[in-house]
Amino acid sequence: MSVASDISGNTFSVIWRLGNFLGSLVLTFLGLTAVTFVIGRFITVDPVLAVVGDRATQEVYDAARISMGLDRSVPEQYFLYLKKLLSGDMGHSVITSQSVLSDLIHFFPATFELATIATVLGVIIGVPVGVMAGAHKGRWPDHLVRVIGLFGYSIPVFWLGLVGLLVFYGELDWVSGPGRIDVAYDDIVTSRTGIILIDSAIEGEWAIFWNAFSHLVLPASILGYYSLAYIARMTRSFMIEQLGQEYVTAARIKGRSYYGAVWKHAFPNIMVPLITVIGLSYASLLEGAVLTETVFAWPGLGNYITRSLFNGDMNAVLGGTLVVGAVFIGVNLFCDFLYQIFDPRLRTS
Amino acid sequence: MSSPLDPPAPEIRPSLRQWLASDAPTSRRQAMLGNFYRGVVALCSNPAALTGLLIVLTLIMIAIFAPLIAGHVSPVHQSLADRLAPPSSLYWFGTDELGRDIFSRTVHGARVTLTIVMLVSVVVAPIGLAVGLLAGYLGGWVDAVLMRITDIFLAFPRLVLALAFAAALGPGIENAVIAISLTAWPPYARIARAETVTIARSDFISAIVLQGASTWRILFRHIMPLCLSSLIVRLTLDMAGIILTAAGLGFLGLGAQPPIPEWGAMVSAGRDVILDQWWVATIPGIAIFVVSLGFNLLGDGLRDVFDPKNT
Amino acid sequence: MSEGPLLEVEDLSVSFSGRCGITRAVRNATFSLGRERLGIVGESGSGKSTAGRALLGLVPPSGIVTAKRMSFAGQDLISLRDADWQALRGRRISMVMQDPKYSLNPVIKIGDQVQEAYRLHHRSTSEEARRRALAMLDAVKIRDPDLVYHLYPHQLSGGMGQRAMIAMMLIAEPDLLIADEPTSALDVTVQNQVLRILDNLVTDRGMGLIFISHNLTIVSSFCDRVLVMYGGRIVEECQANALQAAKHPYTRALLKAAPSLEHPLTELAVVKRNPEWLL
Repeated sequence: MSVASDISGNTFSVIWRLGNFLGSLVLTFLGLTAVTFVIGRFITVDPVLAVVGDRATQEVYDAARISMGLDRSVPEQYFLYLKKLLSGDMGHSVITSQSVLSDLIHFFPATFELATIATVLGVIIGVPVGVMAGAHKGRWPDHLVRVIGLFGYSIPVFWLGLVGLLVFYGELDWVSGPGRIDVAYDDIVTSRTGIILIDSAIEGEWAIFWNAFSHLVLPASILGYYSLAYIARMTRSFMIEQLGQEYVTAARIKGRSYYGAVWKHAFPNIMVPLITVIGLSYASLLEGAVLTETVFAWPGLGNYITRSLFNGDMNAVLGGTLVVGAVFIGVNLFCDFLYQIFDPRLRTS
Repeated sequence: MSSPLDPPAPEIRPSLRQWLASDAPTSRRQAMLGNFYRGVVALCSNPAALTGLLIVLTLIMIAIFAPLIAGHVSPVHQSLADRLAPPSSLYWFGTDELGRDIFSRTVHGARVTLTIVMLVSVVVAPIGLAVGLLAGYLGGWVDAVLMRITDIFLAFPRLVLALAFAAALGPGIENAVIAISLTAWPPYARIARAETVTIARSDFISAIVLQGASTWRILFRHIMPLCLSSLIVRLTLDMAGIILTAAGLGFLGLGAQPPIPEWGAMVSAGRDVILDQWWVATIPGIAIFVVSLGFNLLGDGLRDVFDPKNT
Repeated sequence: MSEGPLLEVEDLSVSFSGRCGITRAVRNATFSLGRERLGIVGESGSGKSTAGRALLGLVPPSGIVTAKRMSFAGQDLISLRDADWQALRGRRISMVMQDPKYSLNPVIKIGDQVQEAYRLHHRSTSEEARRRALAMLDAVKIRDPDLVYHLYPHQLSGGMGQRAMIAMMLIAEPDLLIADEPTSALDVTVQNQVLRILDNLVTDRGMGLIFISHNLTIVSSFCDRVLVMYGGRIVEECQANALQAAKHPYTRALLKAAPSLEHPLTELAVVKRNPEWLL
């Protein structure tokens, strides 16, 4: 029997693909840093000015110029840039006067909270809906999912956010408005995890908890819609493919009901590609968060980037771009890798 | 049996439709037109795709005839006494914070949107094609290097990088186009390369090589035309994303600058008054939505026509 | 004990409506079956597989099944409800499919797939079901049932996979087994092994068998009676040992087309199709 060789052959190819993944990761990160380097040094009109701001004194300007290595050759400059990045030095933000790194750490939890809850919503609603759509191909659940998916690719997220505010905050008063928490409640709870919901629950400050919740509901739902649209669409597509396979008929021959075959036979076969899809959705939500946070004045990375944009704070913009880009790339490549090692084609070799 | 008094039998000429749908075309022109005809019929039999096509055609018409459709009302003329007026028979879509007619601005905004979309397409498709053709045909280290670069750019987040580029380049339509193009080209290189690799192996290419054709000739006269259909499908599908990204940039103040009416910027302008004067931000957003929807429907339809195995 | 026919089918028709009009996959098929072996022979597109699926109520949703009569052990199948179909399938009628690469669920272990077929129809503990599954794997001559129980389908060879499939479909002890091209996906050397296992099991349990295949030779040696299908119709019905006396020109052409070692020809005979056969 080929079992033993099969397993060892599998292990070897997994390790090989892992190496491939890590190599791609490093290369792509380098590419990203190269891009931010080029943007920061060559595309901005005066790179030094972009870093120190227009109100800097001549000494600060000159010092910055030297520390940025602008008197040296391009490859040297890039190397210096990389070295700084690796030690966490992304410069200082002109607005907050903090190091960009500490800013990013400060603003990250809010984005993480938003993206995570939105993805959870997307999974909880999107997966069952997608399965039902695939199981009833050609009937109304199927059409519904296709329409939802279509809208998810066509509606601008910043507009949906505004309309959401108009309807649910302005007209219906069901949720709180922009911002993460009412000003009155700001800074009362000690920030342990950086996620207000958790921190306030720990301290039993339930008024604050519900206030934070009512602020979170709308932006999370808006982002959640895009996640749900994508996940439902992909789930439907995977299910349709599996339901056409012979083993599903075999399950029914054994005596399984249609839904028994759908959930107990077809669904387990899509779980792995689905995890990949969920990961990809999470990554793309990070991008959607940029505009959503701007609309909802949500103090996360996206908002940080756009505010820095308005103030011409290139250090902050590029620092934020690096972080968001790195997470985006990391999640994407990791999901590709996961999919490859679990690809059924790998098995029937 | 015909009698000599009967009128002479008319010469039977095939109708245009029969000629196009013929199974045995007698000329290259007939074959090409026949294919095109079949594609159009297949597309139109799909109601969703047909809707998409109509939306896109309407967009083009509106953009071309914008001044006429807007009733020659200027999109930039301010009438501060009438600012933030609700939709009425005078101002169909109301006015914005500077008293400009939103209907006229939305209609003229179609021009901006179409311009951006066309410019990005014109930049992105040739670059992607060139990279893909070279990589696929030359193979070896050229392929490896080009595809590595493509994969790196493919992994980048589109909006965030377009933001960073536009932030550095400064506002303006051309800069927005460059910013978007820099992250939008990789899929086309991938597609072109995949098609080139398949085609380059075929016998007719070997035949042309034996006839002494130069690499350039092979690439551009023979291989490239065969890649075009996949590229067009992909481009149409991507248009919606490009429009949304451009609108996003516009929303953030990058891209077209005031007083040029750009839909994303218009939504941003209406943001402060969304609760009381909803029409200022809502209506341009609807325009973005409808146009993206149209391109998505059309792209799905085109993909079904060219590549029916995708349901 | 004499019992009536296991299966009675009269005027079974299956049609599919597609973009190019209506396709009639099965046309007015009439036959009956006792506890014997019936072979259905035909080329691709003759409707034999579709007829098999119709007997299990598993024709794809776009297909329309009509029959003047279709009953199993006296129970009418035409108007059967879903719940009753589920009770019937696996327990009284079962089917072995062609290719275990596709007909076994790739992410569920073999043992679990086999015992599922048992537990769907019998209340039992998981221990009991496991025992029975192992016994069944042993009955299909799998050498190391304990090991195979915990394997996934892709880890099995074709022959073992098909034997696992047989185990899965026979564990609930159905009365009628439909074998849809059970050996067509296997290497020739393995085909005979699997056929022998099938032979023994069917005989030991006194089951009825419908053997669907394109291979006239296998069918004629394996079955008691043979139906020949062409274009959705049954064009010939005769005893397996009387095939040489077959009347329909298509059957005669099929018989002539089979190459023979005793009478080698320089050119193989080809079936010349008469469009009248499709009417």
